Amino acid sequence: MKYFDFNEVIPEKVLRNLQAERLIETVKRVYDRVAPYRKKMDEAGISPDDIKSLDDLKKLPFTEKQDLRDSYPYGYFACDMEDVVRIHASSGTTGKQTVVGYTERDLDVWATDTARALVAAGADNTDFVHVSYGYGLFTGGLGVNGGAEKIKAKTIPVSVGNTARQINIMKDFGSTVLCCTPSYALYMVEALKEAGISTDELSLKCGIFGAEPWSENMRAEIEKGFGIKAYDIYGLSEVMGPGVAYECCEQDGLHISDDHFIAEIIDPETGEVLEDGQEGELVFTCIDKEALPLIRYRTRDVSYLYKGECACGRSFKRMARPMGRTDDMLIIRGVNVFPSQIEQVLLETEHILAQYLITVDRVDNLDRMLIEIEMSPDAPFDAVRFVEEKERSIRAAIESTLGISAVVKLVSPKTLARGEGKAKRVIDNRNI
Amino acid sequence: MYVKQISVFIENTKGRLADITSVLAKGSIDIRALSLADTTNFGILRLIVDRPFDAEKMLKESGFTVSVTSVIAIGIEDRPGALAEALKILEEGDISVEYLYAFISKTSGKASVILRVDDGDKAVEMLVNGGITFLSDKDIIEI
Repeated sequence: MKYFDFNEVIPEKVLRNLQAERLIETVKRVYDRVAPYRKKMDEAGISPDDIKSLDDLKKLPFTEKQDLRDSYPYGYFACDMEDVVRIHASSGTTGKQTVVGYTERDLDVWATDTARALVAAGADNTDFVHVSYGYGLFTGGLGVNGGAEKIKAKTIPVSVGNTARQINIMKDFGSTVLCCTPSYALYMVEALKEAGISTDELSLKCGIFGAEPWSENMRAEIEKGFGIKAYDIYGLSEVMGPGVAYECCEQDGLHISDDHFIAEIIDPETGEVLEDGQEGELVFTCIDKEALPLIRYRTRDVSYLYKGECACGRSFKRMARPMGRTDDMLIIRGVNVFPSQIEQVLLETEHILAQYLITVDRVDNLDRMLIEIEMSPDAPFDAVRFVEEKERSIRAAIESTLGISAVVKLVSPKTLARGEGKAKRVIDNRNI
Repeated sequence: MYVKQISVFIENTKGRLADITSVLAKGSIDIRALSLADTTNFGILRLIVDRPFDAEKMLKESGFTVSVTSVIAIGIEDRPGALAEALKILEEGDISVEYLYAFISKTSGKASVILRVDDGDKAVEMLVNGGITFLSDKDIIEI
């Protein structure tokens, strides 16, 4: 059994004390340095002095994605701007992105998180870590990259796309650990078959997959297709990025880096904290972060926390792989998509109604998004060119907003089903 | 010069064309000319009828997506080369044709051509100068 660092196995009691100590310090710091937190706490009638133990965490107000948007871009940063060395961003619910920042020390803490995930999957400094997550504003690529370098593995920053090239690199460079979204892993399995390349020609031994929902069936397919062990990794940019939680050799729940984050499960309706084992919304508090230490950040991911210890010996709590969302966010090819972002694009487009239906399918292991939009009754559609150009321009606008492509189809007015009250906007046919 | 054309947007589902023509039949609308543009995803049925506004109303009431557009209607002789001459005039004026369809009149023996171009007024001017005869809504009814 291998661990990356001592904290993973420190006794439970010591770990809880460490969490309490860091929580108290963090709350003091955000109260002093983050105006919106000071305001929130003042409004709730809570002072940093009221936070004396882990039990007091539940007294603190939640932070939501909307809060970050309201103080876009840097309103929740708790450090001096001169100490920020990295900015990432993820999709917001409407036009604006959610911006996150890291100090040098934050990057080191984050690299520790992903290093733990890699070591838990069996990687060490002899490995060739093939990172096929996107590099850029998305935290996937650079996040895992940090951990791979930290364990002194040979890090290959392939990034996404060009599957034929990915496979050549995998073969020629001797990649041993693959990191990407599970659906892309399955896509690569198919591409291998088509190219007539046997897994014997590859050196892969394991993979770390995340950034989108998947299932035990997909895991089995990836493991069989590549002849490897497939491990889950969880994270979100607001909290840190990939590595907030990771699977160990037991493949039974994801260990949360408890020394960096405190996880809670709440009832999404009432906000009440639920017992371990009960299903609800995951909430994280960052207790070892300088730039953006969010307090009780509501992830909108549905999960539960495990009771009891893991056979691997880690003292870090385990969470279940998220089983859904409490909002309407979709994860398409690893990218977070909110229907409201699409609606925003439509509202800015002439001759169409903001009546739309998003249908998501998984075709050959790749997600495909179809957006049907009702034309406005006064649209001058008598020429084919009008309809096709409209579809093309909406497709381009959506691609530039979301960063992923969609099939856009104009339909007649009043043909999309209107539900009673709130319209049904999304049909997700993916059988994950 | 300009005549009214009815366009109906058709998603590619079975039986839609039959449905549209049944509505028109029920309303005793006489179809003078039609053309169907088809793509893989949708079709556009364009119609010249005797009572365009009645037709529009009936189709809308039956739930179809309808738009009424003004298109140019010209009458040319029914002989080889007549259409080419008319189109040459437009080409010289650098006018692009979006779509076009033609039919033969029973009574006059002339060919009628329905045109949609990118610059309608310029096209009309060029055609007038080129000595082309136009058809009106009234002419269409009498075809």
